Amino acid sequence: MRALTWHGKHDVRVETVDDPEILNPRDAIIRITSTAICGSDLHLYDGYIPTMQKGDILGHEFMGEVIETGTGSTLKKGQRVVVPFTIACGACFHCSKHQYSACDNGNPADNQDIAMELYGQPMSGLFGYSHMTGGYAGGQAEYVRVPFSDVGPIVIPDGIEDEKVLFLSDILPTGWMAAENAEIEPGDTVAVWGCGPVGLFAVQSAFLMGAERVIAIDHFPHRLELARRFGAETINFEESATYEALMEMTGGIGPDAVIDAVGLEAHGFFVDNVIDQIKASTFLGTDRPHSIRQAIIACRKGGRVSMPAVYGGFVDKFPLGAFMEKGLTLKTGQTHVQHYMPALLNAIIEERVDTTFLISHRLPLEQAPEGYRMFHDEQNTVTKVVLKPGMAFGAE
Amino acid sequence: MSDSTTCASQDDAPLTASKRSDAVDAATAALVEAKGDTLVGRTVTVNRPREELYNFWRDLSNLPAFMENVERVDVIDDLRSHWVVKAPGGRTVEWTSVITEDRAGELVAWASEDGADVPNSGRIDFRDATGGRGTCVTATILYDPPAGAVGRLIAKLFQREPAIQARRDLRRFKQLMETGEIATSARTRAQREQERD
Ligand SMILES: NC(=O)c1ccc[n+]([C@@H]2O[C@H](COP(=O)([O-])OP(=O)(O)OC[C@H]3O[C@@H](n4cnc5c(N)ncnc54)[C@H](O)[C@@H]3O)[C@@H](O)[C@H]2O)c1
Ligand SMILES: [Zn+2]
Ligand SMILES: [Zn+2]
Repeated sequence: MRALTWHGKHDVRVETVDDPEILNPRDAIIRITSTAICGSDLHLYDGYIPTMQKGDILGHEFMGEVIETGTGSTLKKGQRVVVPFTIACGACFHCSKHQYSACDNGNPADNQDIAMELYGQPMSGLFGYSHMTGGYAGGQAEYVRVPFSDVGPIVIPDGIEDEKVLFLSDILPTGWMAAENAEIEPGDTVAVWGCGPVGLFAVQSAFLMGAERVIAIDHFPHRLELARRFGAETINFEESATYEALMEMTGGIGPDAVIDAVGLEAHGFFVDNVIDQIKASTFLGTDRPHSIRQAIIACRKGGRVSMPAVYGGFVDKFPLGAFMEKGLTLKTGQTHVQHYMPALLNAIIEERVDTTFLISHRLPLEQAPEGYRMFHDEQNTVTKVVLKPGMAFGAE
Repeated sequence: MSDSTTCASQDDAPLTASKRSDAVDAATAALVEAKGDTLVGRTVTVNRPREELYNFWRDLSNLPAFMENVERVDVIDDLRSHWVVKAPGGRTVEWTSVITEDRAGELVAWASEDGADVPNSGRIDFRDATGGRGTCVTATILYDPPAGAVGRLIAKLFQREPAIQARRDLRRFKQLMETGEIATSARTRAQREQERD
């Protein structure tokens, strides 16, 4: 099959590799019909995530048709499914609490050691996202092997096109969980840092959860414009001082809840080898969390901090004092996608959330490297790239 | 919680987490036969009942399914079994093991017989986890890294690896018991075979 493979910083290629096979009873093989490039993939593209290997197949936002099932799979050939990016078993203690991204068993035993060193306990497996999270081949390919297919994939009813439901795989649940973690109360003002896909879905979700005002912060005019379309007020941080603007806009109180949907990418995650760093006795900062720092400082006293943005290592100058003195709470984590999928599928069917507004570009899988380059270099206008393995060259 | 796997005179931390140099002596006094001087221990919580886990484990021929380095376990009789274990350089090491204590649903203890390539002893304890979370499975292993040139090669595997191997094996045991399969990120059968070698 053809697949998008990683070879190093800014070097991804479409290559021919062996087709995936059923290896465990609960597996299914999916023929990919649509797959997206994520902001998280840019962290890989920029070479910031350790434990990548040359030839790794990327992609964790994908959907397609079931073509083969193991004896323990509950899926049927021909069904259309969206697959969550978190690989979870459905049987361990964490899965029973719907903390799917903390699943004990989704990550193969040998791959758990690195996360164990870094984080104290290993996390679930993820598709196409380095060997620390399992080393699973991703879905920017013609076919993919999906483990625990009786737990993760959600079956899509006929008549709903791919583009409406594709984002159930990651960014829609991620934006939703970010808003849920902000514990929004009626009358609240919520500030969202970052108007990428995650931030934009957080904006929509915050309004649906009853926020009176949402203030979105970014520096790309087109992305800010998309946030305005959903009713958000906006701050362009290149033109205004974010903290001052927020304080003035909230009558000197500060936002009731703040959401960091930026993450390590914008400010550089400069780890070559995180493991070496944690073993070093001086804990050097590895993430430079400008947006989370700013969010904590701006947040009102007793407010809530939600952090969907990905951080991988250690942070420097984290405003722990402000955090404590103001009595803030912080909620974060990789999204428990399986938990949110059914309700959000309904929300899409009932047209309570808009998903397709985000897609700016559609490309055949063969042009995936071009898609990465565009998403990386032209962030203002390239808001989301969807890859289609079956599509003819040069389309849209 | 204080029981035989901890050093009661000090506190509740297990002996396998001890920083004290006499931990091995304390372990051989209270826990395992004196078959070595290197102590390894690891606990994992498995979301299944104690009896089920004990029963699976007590059928020793099941163990190679999740113990990656174990090539074969031949069950000789109710207490004795012969082990063939992969070592570096395509070699294998072997020993015969005797069950020294066996309490249904609670524990299995063993010790290698004289003449073992790598003398070892140990026990697997099964205890109810708190909060209805299943079973805490604790492996406590004592072994004697061999001397000599070949010994050093073997030691390379057995000195550095047992702690890592034990925790990986326990994770695979947990996966098998909780999910019915052992997670792999391989894409093809050929890849999975390669990873197992
Ligand atoms: N928690 C999860 O499970 C999960 C899932 C998906 C993505 N993520 C993470 O969420 C984050 C956002 O993802 P995305 O796909 O929207 O990424 P993206 O790169 O498309 O968007 C990030 C946006 O932040 C803006 N930005 C940069 N610096 C800023 C600043 N100082 N203040 C305000 N805005 C700033 C950028 O201009 C950009 O528009 C990433 O860190 C990604 O890894 C997390
Ligand atoms: Zn994603
Ligand atoms: Zn699980």
